[in-house]
Amino acid sequence: MADKRMTLDELVGELRSGMTIGIGGWGSRRKPMAVVRALLRSDLRDLTVVSYGGPDVGLLCAAGKVRKAVYPFVTLDSIPIDPHFKAARQAGAVEAMEVDEGMFYLGLLAASHRLPFLPTRAGLGSDVLRINPSLRLVTSPYEDGEELVAMPALRLDAAVVHVNRADAAGSGQILGPDPFFDELFLGAADRRFATTERLVATEQFSAEGAIQTLCISRLLTDGVVETPGGAHFTACVPDYPRDEAFQKAYVEAAGDPDGWAAFRQRYLDVDEQAYQAQLGASRAVPSSPVAGAGAGASAGPSSGGAR
Amino acid sequence: MSDAHSGSGDNPVAGSDRGVTRAEYCAIACADIFRGNGEVMASAFGTAPAIGARLAKSTFSPDLVLTDGDAALVAGAPPLESPGTAMVLESHMPYRKVFDVVWSGRRNLIMMASQIDREGNQNISAIGDWGSPTAQLIGVRGAPGNTVNHSTSYWIPRHSTRSFVEHVDVVSGVGYARAASAGPSATRFHEIHRVVSDLGVFDFEAPGHVMRVRSVHPGVTVDDVRAATGFELAVPDRVPQTREPSPEELQLIREVLDPRGLRDREVKA
Repeated sequence: MADKRMTLDELVGELRSGMTIGIGGWGSRRKPMAVVRALLRSDLRDLTVVSYGGPDVGLLCAAGKVRKAVYPFVTLDSIPIDPHFKAARQAGAVEAMEVDEGMFYLGLLAASHRLPFLPTRAGLGSDVLRINPSLRLVTSPYEDGEELVAMPALRLDAAVVHVNRADAAGSGQILGPDPFFDELFLGAADRRFATTERLVATEQFSAEGAIQTLCISRLLTDGVVETPGGAHFTACVPDYPRDEAFQKAYVEAAGDPDGWAAFRQRYLDVDEQAYQAQLGASRAVPSSPVAGAGAGASAGPSSGGAR
Repeated sequence: MSDAHSGSGDNPVAGSDRGVTRAEYCAIACADIFRGNGEVMASAFGTAPAIGARLAKSTFSPDLVLTDGDAALVAGAPPLESPGTAMVLESHMPYRKVFDVVWSGRRNLIMMASQIDREGNQNISAIGDWGSPTAQLIGVRGAPGNTVNHSTSYWIPRHSTRSFVEHVDVVSGVGYARAASAGPSATRFHEIHRVVSDLGVFDFEAPGHVMRVRSVHPGVTVDDVRAATGFELAVPDRVPQTREPSPEELQLIREVLDPRGLRDREVKA
């Protein structure tokens, strides 16, 4: 089997300015933040970012990396709105394609299946069609004759997701209760990368969680990078919850230029190792493997609940 | 029921004797949104709706399906914010499966709204011009798809001319006129059922499907509601007061579902 292990720098080296990049996770949950931080340090620019948006979108906007954002929302979950994304939008600094959450899903699914579009009721009658004038309707060829939104494929040049465990061959294991749409981000992309809390031997997977947690097959990945704490400060359960104090500090720092400069200097102008070192030993350390821990059956009332 | 035009204080059930708070009337109004629902997934954003869905399941709509706010469906009606309390899980409901439920129509939803208008359009996307908004909000989220796939109601904890506007800036949730002009595929499963605010309950049963005052909460007059609304509401000749909670309902709210009184942080007593 091919060994797909690579470094964070090698991963970012595969990306180019102007690319359309999909970022897995949802809101402020299981975001590949180590890659986002590496992007901030890179000289890449003019990116189109496709994301169920969280601080990934906010940080990339703050650094001026984003030409266009494609999203159904940008939120920090426990804090409703990302301040940097808000500022960028209000300044007219980024182009925006804002669509319904389900349309977004179908766009990724269409791209994964190599289809030009998928039909949906979502979007009809709403301003999603006004603010995205390139969207088209399609009429059912059958007797019903229904007129539906033709959600175009969201084709990606590259996609990055963060998973709890992975092996060197690029299979990924998601131990938290929701795999989100990571599989579809990878399926929609030409270059596919997973970062992981911990690389394990393939034989170790079954001790980590039930078969359903092995939801990223190596058919969907070209490269895998071990980044312990790589989703910080977003949630990466069961390895660690969202770092609410850090997220609050991120939002507060965004409130004034001096505060942001200090935050950036301390946390963003340093490499990943230095970032993690600053967080201290208590955070962002994967829990020791516990059989069955990943079945999702122990999911508590966490995360403030978009449902 | 008493006539709200004549002011408050003549309510035969005398809610004030039991100290029924405004937040509790809001929770009762939200619960009634789920009345008569069978086995559908109740999604409820905000504190009063979260209490309402649990109350409905605990009483008159026992087959309702509740979520844990994460990726599971839960048995029973767990109290609000009760960390440490083990929930009994019924089923796995990650986001990808939520769309199966939404698009099948087996869902009843209470969403919030930064703006809502006379025709039932809702906005959670942006205030002002789309290209460079004066305020970027969270984004349209699932509102466009929700509203054309299953019954949707809204919860607005602070009724004001800023939230109840003549026309919303970005139509996220689809109202009646917009659905009608989009055609049969948009109207087929569309229903904006109720709007509950801290002042009253509203529906779209007036001619032309425009917003109508259905009831006002005790202590609120129709004039209060008019003054806080940025468009002309349909007002029937007699406007009832929002119904009283039964003793059992009040006890469930206070002692079982929201013992920590989170509801009073959302709507002041």
